[in-house]
Amino acid sequence: MANTNTSVGTKIKRPLSPHLQIYKPLINMVMSILHRITGAALYLGTVLLAWWLVAAASGPAEFRIASEFFGSTFGYLILFGYSWALIHHMLGGIRHFIWDTGRGLDIKTVDLLSWGTIVFSVALTLLVWFSVLVFG
Amino acid sequence: MVQLTLPKNSTLKNGKIWNSPEATGRWKEFRIYRWSPEDEQNPHIDTYWIDLDACGPMVLDALIKIKNEIDPTLTFRRSCREGICGSCAFNIGGTNTLACLNAIEDYEGAVTIYPLPHMEVVKDLVPDMTNFYAQHRSIQPWLQTQTPTPPTEWKQSREDREALDGLYECILCACCSTSCPSYWWNSDRYLGPAILLQAYRWIKDSRDEATGERLDNLEDPFRLYRCHTILNCTKACPKGLNPAKAIAELKKLMVERRV
Repeated sequence: MANTNTSVGTKIKRPLSPHLQIYKPLINMVMSILHRITGAALYLGTVLLAWWLVAAASGPAEFRIASEFFGSTFGYLILFGYSWALIHHMLGGIRHFIWDTGRGLDIKTVDLLSWGTIVFSVALTLLVWFSVLVFG
Repeated sequence: MVQLTLPKNSTLKNGKIWNSPEATGRWKEFRIYRWSPEDEQNPHIDTYWIDLDACGPMVLDALIKIKNEIDPTLTFRRSCREGICGSCAFNIGGTNTLACLNAIEDYEGAVTIYPLPHMEVVKDLVPDMTNFYAQHRSIQPWLQTQTPTPPTEWKQSREDREALDGLYECILCACCSTSCPSYWWNSDRYLGPAILLQAYRWIKDSRDEATGERLDNLEDPFRLYRCHTILNCTKACPKGLNPAKAIAELKKLMVERRV
């Protein structure tokens, strides 16, 4: 942070104006933050997926431990979150791909694509889980 | 590492309530960011009440009225009062815009006015724009040519001139750049939407002959590519321009010149 001189010649530190604390949470900004968060969450989900595969390759006893974890209520909750993060991040990727071509950058389309991402990610996740639980 | 919170000397405190609404008139509350290098304390939010029946329609009118009639120490930049100088750019009601182009009555409840976000504050609503202007200089915002200067003016077709529409109107108010979280975290290396729109304005100019050098200057993980298409810039622009679109076009030009 830069220092500035006052009239009395002492150095004082200038404050930084507020930013995240005061900026209105516009849907495009919220979706950008969620894209980051879901992207980070996918690392964690991938670790779980790797654990499940390694357990399957290790033998019946190890696989049972993994299966019991993923079959528990907590496991379901984690898997539900992981599937939503995956779908949300994928839709976000498609949204960014459209924008990278220079299309859909007017404010109306930006809002439509941003709201579309959250609405469709939740709807698709519920659809996937409905299908798995009913037909799986 | 990105610091999401405010440094210790920048956190906000409640400030002074200068007056209160009276029985007659239409009273509106204004909550305004204050900081002076002379008081040696943290920034604070002061409250002022204005009778809308005795005030002009725009947020800038209210600021001027406060300065004239309630608190002459309130410090802010303003000049043209008609959206062409870019001086009265603040964060009003949560988004960046020009005080002179926004009607007070369009804001519900109290009108909050902060300096442009994530900038060093000189005093009250006045941010230090030094870095922003230096970044503008760095893209060399003037016509550059190799061919000999023509005896009259550099001519352009109507179509070539129209290609600059939506670019030349920028008034460098910095509403877009200071609305951008990427610029908040990386303003030391990322040029930000306003400057990138200007860079594109000179690249797009049919008379300019330095396109290659201009693109070379932007080919950098930070200067251009810190744009993550968050799009606060386009929403903030009080002139209705689209910096995000200009940046997307710049990124496309980068790819196109490689294939």
